Amino acid sequence: MEVAVWRGDETGGRYETFDVPAQDNQTILDVVTWIQQNSDATLTYRFACRVGMCGSCAMMVNGTPRWTCRTHVRKVLKGNRLQVAPLQNLPVIKDLAADMDPFFDKWVRVGGRHEPGKTRHDQIEAIPPDTPDRENADAGIECINCSVCYAACDTVRGNPDYLGPAALQRAWTIVNDEKHAGRQQILNTVAASDGCFNCHSMGNCTVHCPNGLDPMNAIAGLKRAVTKNRFKRGG
Amino acid sequence: MQSYRNHPLWLAFLLHRLSGLGLALFLPAHFYVLGLALTDPGRLDGVLHWADSPVVKFAEFGLVFLLAVHMFGGLRLLALEFLPWPGPQKSLAAGALAGAFLISGAFLLKAI
Amino acid sequence: MMLDVRLYLAQRISAMIMAPLVFIHLGMMVYAIQGGLSAAEILGRTQGSVFWMLFYGLFVAAASLHAAIGLRVIVHETLRLRGMALRALTWGLFAVFFVMGARAVMAVTMI
Repeated sequence: MEVAVWRGDETGGRYETFDVPAQDNQTILDVVTWIQQNSDATLTYRFACRVGMCGSCAMMVNGTPRWTCRTHVRKVLKGNRLQVAPLQNLPVIKDLAADMDPFFDKWVRVGGRHEPGKTRHDQIEAIPPDTPDRENADAGIECINCSVCYAACDTVRGNPDYLGPAALQRAWTIVNDEKHAGRQQILNTVAASDGCFNCHSMGNCTVHCPNGLDPMNAIAGLKRAVTKNRFKRGG
Repeated sequence: MQSYRNHPLWLAFLLHRLSGLGLALFLPAHFYVLGLALTDPGRLDGVLHWADSPVVKFAEFGLVFLLAVHMFGGLRLLALEFLPWPGPQKSLAAGALAGAFLISGAFLLKAI
Repeated sequence: MMLDVRLYLAQRISAMIMAPLVFIHLGMMVYAIQGGLSAAEILGRTQGSVFWMLFYGLFVAAASLHAAIGLRVIVHETLRLRGMALRALTWGLFAVFFVMGARAVMAVTMI
């Protein structure tokens, strides 16, 4: 098959085409690895676990962001051709490796760190696993930070300051976590002008999340929570 | 179109944005024509008669469609954001489109 | 600098106000278009009517706000305008819509 791979760095680049032998079972990451090992050893890309857990290997595949380690070639091959590029909405480091800093910075800004509210002498809260809050939090913690939703979001594309689906879903997760002490601070952060109210519910995040999470509805939950919080505290 | 946008909710978003833009641009013209009743009633009648021509009728049908699709699409968004259930958003998006066609179709049938 | 909670609520509340108004507006259009439009027909219905003055007055206020905020979002996301310029554009658009709309309401409802 014919594989067009984006080559370049932050100053620009272009597609370079490679001929890659097809296999019965083959992922996009296998294809990229084959090129790096057999055609051009200078090809730069990022991966770690190869089993859909670490969130390192996402790339644009035929124009759609995907986790490449768990995307089978036969699912996305079009006319014996593939196009692989670095994730969009992020700066490029080199070739297929996107700079994830803006993505992680936003994640940390909404609440990347757990803030405990109690000391070792306090009783811990009993949180039944079937409460709605806990179920919301349970869904959100499955995020692997692959940035597929961030690359798919056209609101991020138009407004680079926007926190984006992953960070906002993280905020929704800890807003629903009773053990997190700084929940009011999170509501304030996501209420600001680069926060949850920019979301237009276009659903690219939910459609493309490889783990089947639903950031669009998590953000809708945040909008409700911030609005309710606003009225409760008196405008 | 880029492939990652190829799904109903993105199309609903595009439709909502374009219909909103179209309506916002139409608003000043609409207000101006009605304002003629104050300054120049004769010209208002002239504009309204001009609106009897088939081409303008069809453009009016378009405007009614924009208004209907923007309203239904907006109700869909309000339901998504304010009602605490996820909801079958694809059906609602399709319903918004169907409702808009129904209303603007009725308008067109009455007009001709 | 795009949508904070205040602008968001203004956008959603104006939308909720307009939903029933748009329904009535659409119904009126389908009804009024039969047999062609004339200034006399429209003015005969609206002139001197407190109901239509309040109806269209509320409609114009909500639509002006809603359209100004909507255009603000589009301009920000497509032209990357921000800060003071974006604020000035939003309120400038609102003023244009509102003044033109208020004039139109007066034109069709005052005797």
